[in-house]
Amino acid sequence: MVKVAHVQLSSCCGCLVSLADTYEKLLDVLGAIELVYSQTLADVKEVPDNVDIILLEGSVCLSDHHALEVALESRKKAKILVALGACAASGNITRFCKGNQMSKPIHDSFAPLTEVVKCDLAIPGCPPSPEAIVAVIEAALKGDMEYLEPFAELAKYGSEACGCDLLVKVINKSLCMGCGSCAAACPTRAVSMDAGRPLVDKEICIKCGACSVQCPRIRFPELIGNIE
Amino acid sequence: MDPFGKYIKAVSARAADKEILKKSQDGGIISAAYIYGLENGLLDGVIVADKEDKFTAVPKVATTKDEVLSAAGTKYTTCPNLSVIKSAVREYGCDKIGFVGTPCQIQSIRKAIKYPIGYRHVPDKIALIMGIFCMENFPYNGMKTIVEELCGVRMEDVVKTDIGKGKFWVYTKWGDVKTVALKDTHPYEQVSCHICMDYTAELADLSTGSVGSPDGWSTIFVRTGKGDDYLNKMIKAGALETRLIEEVKPGLDLVQKLALQKKEKNAKEREHRKEIGLPLPY
Repeated sequence: MVKVAHVQLSSCCGCLVSLADTYEKLLDVLGAIELVYSQTLADVKEVPDNVDIILLEGSVCLSDHHALEVALESRKKAKILVALGACAASGNITRFCKGNQMSKPIHDSFAPLTEVVKCDLAIPGCPPSPEAIVAVIEAALKGDMEYLEPFAELAKYGSEACGCDLLVKVINKSLCMGCGSCAAACPTRAVSMDAGRPLVDKEICIKCGACSVQCPRIRFPELIGNIE
Repeated sequence: MDPFGKYIKAVSARAADKEILKKSQDGGIISAAYIYGLENGLLDGVIVADKEDKFTAVPKVATTKDEVLSAAGTKYTTCPNLSVIKSAVREYGCDKIGFVGTPCQIQSIRKAIKYPIGYRHVPDKIALIMGIFCMENFPYNGMKTIVEELCGVRMEDVVKTDIGKGKFWVYTKWGDVKTVALKDTHPYEQVSCHICMDYTAELADLSTGSVGSPDGWSTIFVRTGKGDDYLNKMIKAGALETRLIEEVKPGLDLVQKLALQKKEKNAKEREHRKEIGLPLPY
């Protein structure tokens, strides 16, 4: 049985809710794994050693040494460390914290997990869809590295993902063909389509990266072509 | 080079319903499939590219025959069909959605299904994916230049546009028909279309376009089991008239010629982009 733990740092629980939102699929997933740690779903106080997959949700508060220790400890204990959700993958809305804000005003900087320790996979999105979380867990269980490759890349290079990517990597490179995939993917409706091109309202963009990850003109894995 | 991608079979077809044929671009395949699906419970909402003020293309969710018919016909400009897919699920509460798009949009929706990061509860609600043959597209202002400056027609007067027989055609509400040679429209194409290696929407369940079939008919590629089932149901119900593709003129040879033309030209463009260091989707 594959051991899986869900660890949480600075986050809203949304990714866990998204995982739980898979309903009957969750049962399949839970049936296929041994959930060894999860503050919400399992009655265990400590993350055990030698966990196969740790799903870590949330960003790392750099002004809180406990958070850094949890991040390091998770890296040490996990064979596969997954940055679950945009806070862990790219910082998400916690990027906007500048200190002197509520709830504890001295907390001035939150970094995505991918910038603090080496992560194997990152699933962006605020929250990522239940389908994406399940697909990644299933692929990890099967060792389907081809499917996981884009997630592995995001873990390495994706810590800046946000709506700006659409402008910098797609529109400025004359690659956008105006499909609207980004606008549909945006959870905050920060992306609208204007004359066939995405327009990003940076007052609303939370830097979750869903739009640019979803864009077929940045990354189009070959396996998508396998239809039946 | 493989011209068509994987497919199970190809047929020539047109809608049996005269009302659809009157409003549709060619054989009315998309409208017929949508209307058949909506009226028989196979679909409960479909994405359409509707026309609005001054012939702009706007994506909408249609749930009735009238809505589908009012959006029928091709607009040769970008229409972000994917942008409304989540509203079909959330606001319209659709469980079985029909999607239509150009080859690039079909790639986008396939990516959204395989990697649904921002598409919560959407992938399992896509019931039918229909693709349309596409050589290239025009940005709205590109199309406007073609219509207003090259054809001398005001956008507010346009009722239909068409591409065929080497020309771009504009039909006005006053009954005029103006044309411009297709080669004169090339400067107004969307540049991003020039890296696209797909002419016949190779990832759709059913791909369709006028090329290869006689006037008033369309060619259909059946690519998936889902598409095959759907088409068979339509034929059985009498919603489509079909002919063997081998027995119609000009036939698949013409489709192949155009598909290879697009692929060869764009393969060169991709090479060129690589040489000068511009990115490509990878």
